[in-house]
Amino acid sequence: MERICILVTSSAREKLQMAGMLASVGAVSGSDVLVFLSMNALAPFLKDGADAITDEGPFGQLLLDKKAPPFLQLFEQAVELGDAKVHPCSMAMDVMGVGRDDLLPFLGAPLGLTKFLSEAQGAQTWSF
Amino acid sequence: MSERQTIDARGSFCPGPLMELIARIKQAEVGDELEVLSTDEGSANDIPEWVKKVGHEMVESFQNGDVWHVVVRKSK
Repeated sequence: MERICILVTSSAREKLQMAGMLASVGAVSGSDVLVFLSMNALAPFLKDGADAITDEGPFGQLLLDKKAPPFLQLFEQAVELGDAKVHPCSMAMDVMGVGRDDLLPFLGAPLGLTKFLSEAQGAQTWSF
Repeated sequence: MSERQTIDARGSFCPGPLMELIARIKQAEVGDELEVLSTDEGSANDIPEWVKKVGHEMVESFQNGDVWHVVVRKSK
């Protein structure tokens, strides 16, 4: 099975949207998808993380205005419809002082960079 | 008995129509047809590509005004 690994470090809506699109479409198309959320990308996946989302440019506002599928919905669909795995970075959780209960429930267990690198070996790997 | 369901995804942007189709196709019976209505041309092109990749069957695809109609038969 083709594997797709996605590293997300940005809180910009545009990048989160693209990562979510890639994760959801990849997963429902039969790929084994692994998403690793680190740095600024973790806060939007907190239960109260809506304020952490930024716009990189005008397209971010357009995504809202045009009611494009919200990126959180895309990631959740990737998990529910395509069995994708979305993991928070354990380092980012430690730095932010958040626990698993603070994160949205569709996220998997915390993952370290070493494990992500092992999973990414030989896979399509994308970063946002 | 096979039936045809309509998925009204007009106004939704990529990959919304495709994801709506997938959510519904999981609940459908083999042989059922699902007709997606979409105003997103990208999705109208992407849905047949997805159907081909995962092994369902394209029945027809056509445009009527601003709306694309993509009809898929669940095959497995």
